[in-house]
Amino acid sequence: MGTTPPEALLICEHCDTVYRRQPLAHGDVARCACCYAVLERHHGLSVNVMLALVLTAMIVFVQANMWPIVTLGLNGQLSGATLWGTIIVMWQQQAQVVAVLAAGTLFFFPLLKMSLLGWLLWFGRLGRRAPGFVPMMVTLHYLQPWTMSEVFVLGALVAIVKAHLYFDVMADPGIYAYAVLTLLITVFAGVDLRQLWELTPEDRA
Amino acid sequence: MSAFPRAAELGLIGCHVCGLVISADMPDPDDAADELACPRCGSALHRRKPYSYMRTWALLIAAFLLYIPANVLPIMRTASLNDIDDNTIISGVVELWVKGSPDLAIIVFTASIVVPMLKFLSLGTLLLSSQRGSGWARPQRAKLYRLVEFIGYWSMLDVFVVALLTALVRFGLLSLVEPLPGVIFFGLTVVLTMLASMSFDPRLIWDGRDSDD
Repeated sequence: MGTTPPEALLICEHCDTVYRRQPLAHGDVARCACCYAVLERHHGLSVNVMLALVLTAMIVFVQANMWPIVTLGLNGQLSGATLWGTIIVMWQQQAQVVAVLAAGTLFFFPLLKMSLLGWLLWFGRLGRRAPGFVPMMVTLHYLQPWTMSEVFVLGALVAIVKAHLYFDVMADPGIYAYAVLTLLITVFAGVDLRQLWELTPEDRA
Repeated sequence: MSAFPRAAELGLIGCHVCGLVISADMPDPDDAADELACPRCGSALHRRKPYSYMRTWALLIAAFLLYIPANVLPIMRTASLNDIDDNTIISGVVELWVKGSPDLAIIVFTASIVVPMLKFLSLGTLLLSSQRGSGWARPQRAKLYRLVEFIGYWSMLDVFVVALLTALVRFGLLSLVEPLPGVIFFGLTVVLTMLASMSFDPRLIWDGRDSDD
């Protein structure tokens, strides 16, 4: 390997092939020549923009959780549901496993993810490493696959269509908040959080 | 001999968590590497995910066992004044199809039946072929793995549908929806298949490359 320092290298996580890092231009995607996995992706979001998006997501998240999602009507009787209402009902109906899964993947994990990201980006904006940077980055890595708000939105859609057969269905503000949240999640899906390691200098840990 | 330089041959390790490349010369990569920690994030360094085959097989088999009651047992009960109707995953799809939403029926069918079956078959194929060090269709197998990882969590769809309907349809004697045990088994199946695909190390697809092609 000789002269190239390890920091200038990149290893494909899917097949272990080693590359020299190349600077990426706007919109570039570096792909592994061996297994075609994405190695690195350039995205145009600055730290400020990412922070703004995270703050927006947090506001929308609060709305999505406080406002009812859907209301059903039957002979003049109304019945609405919020996310937490749903979780509590599942717990009471002997489906505690489902209640815990929903509370984790739809509330606690997304909340934790946004809070950690907001905290890290707030300091990243100032060119510094936030207190607790390392454990937070590790937590974010493990949290990544376990947030499912976008699946819940599709689930709400299916539930609405099913309920529509027997009841009057009214979409409530919560469902729109969830739709916006899904859009924000999609924007963030292309962002590799690992860049935060390089963005901030090591010595201020 | 392959044209691409591989980390294991160059004495390099990439951190699974933060991606840092570390040069670590070790004579026996399999056991010595487990002792190292990443200098940047402190996570344990491995050349390959530890016990990948064993863990993935165990989780996959457990997921498959739970998938049987998830399909056989009803996931939801709809009760109204004069009848009680227990729905399984499949009967829910059929109901959507018959009652006029074939597009949503296809989405639910994909999320609840196609995706889990695809995961069982794909991960099973990947495990068997990699364990034999097979050189067959490596790029396609690598793609298959990425597909399985990407679509995995969408299977949770039906679980959320049942949860929402339970919370919504609460009209006492007139109409009531209750979750039934099938939905619990199904939720656990999804979690276990996600854990299984995470414990599989896609690098294993490419190992043993020099020996047989």
